[in-house]
Amino acid sequence: MPATYEPIATTTLGSAASSITFSSIASSWTDIKVIIVATAASNANFAFRFNSDSGSNYSRTRLAGDGSSITSSQNTNQTELQLTSSFSIGTTPVMRTLDIFSYAGSTNKTVLFEEINDLNGSGGLNKQVGLWRNTAAITSINFFAQSATNFAAGTTATLYGIKNA
Amino acid sequence: MSPILQTLANGSAYGYRSLSAAAAGAFESIATASGTGSSGTITFSSIPSTYTHLQIRGIGRTTTASTGFDDLLVRFNSDSSASYTYHALTGDGSTASAFGGTAQTSAIIVDGLYRNNVTANTMASVIIDLVDYAVTTKNKTLRTFNGGDVNGSGKIYLQSHLWINTAAVSSITLVASGTNFGTQSVFSLYGIKGA
Repeated sequence: MPATYEPIATTTLGSAASSITFSSIASSWTDIKVIIVATAASNANFAFRFNSDSGSNYSRTRLAGDGSSITSSQNTNQTELQLTSSFSIGTTPVMRTLDIFSYAGSTNKTVLFEEINDLNGSGGLNKQVGLWRNTAAITSINFFAQSATNFAAGTTATLYGIKNA
Repeated sequence: MSPILQTLANGSAYGYRSLSAAAAGAFESIATASGTGSSGTITFSSIPSTYTHLQIRGIGRTTTASTGFDDLLVRFNSDSSASYTYHALTGDGSTASAFGGTAQTSAIIVDGLYRNNVTANTMASVIIDLVDYAVTTKNKTLRTFNGGDVNGSGKIYLQSHLWINTAAVSSITLVASGTNFGTQSVFSLYGIKGA
């Protein structure tokens, strides 16, 4: 029997890598959560996909503040969900959290996620809801670089499972 | 009968789904409830005071025959007096705004539930964190993070709430404002322990 809240897998990069993948995710939990603490050699953008689906099946609505203003925007028919929709990832460690609801259920998949990105005078906070228009159970999550810059060594990503009663 | 089992027994009156114990730890599952399509309330009752904080995670739709959202209301210990306040930050894809309210009769999670004519199988999602719920010297603070997106429209919210009452929270009632919870709605209550 799975625990209520438990780590499923952790990746710590020993060297720079263009992607991080959690695969063969069992359907044992109710929700899953990913926490990434990432750096890159220079400012770069990253994204993620479920089950390797690169179809135009992703959308999102975001709310972001950068210390002086707050904005909201939306993207439709995307081929991935951006991990850096408001703030790129650079040499200062920043955090991303993803809460993926009913990931093994029969509904389309909703993600509440955050970019926690303070850089001592710049950066900010982004709260976002994403949708993957697919009712399949999520069995893999792939985080990948959208340019030539990779995740740097030391980047960590942990996948947790949350099981209801 | 333990409080958790009492919750199971009480749950049948509110449309609870099956309950089964999960393994214990610092973050424990207390109870899960599903919408029935014919009831506008879901109640977690007989909540033990053995945790430090509580979290509710859920996905929801209502039976309202239109598009858009309905509010998700939260009441503690069946209190519907004007003792709740809130502040909200929100974005709808084009405009970001902030607003709030005082003397409310519930904690209002604005647009916490999708209506029934929204794209099929698409759910609004919410995380509710209630800190120090059993401490009797503090009014109760609640943080909610909720949103929904249907590829071209959507909303995202971050809210703070206050229940101006120092009583320990022993029951939490979720209300689909002016409507009923759809059958795909599922809400789970978790307890978070301190060291």
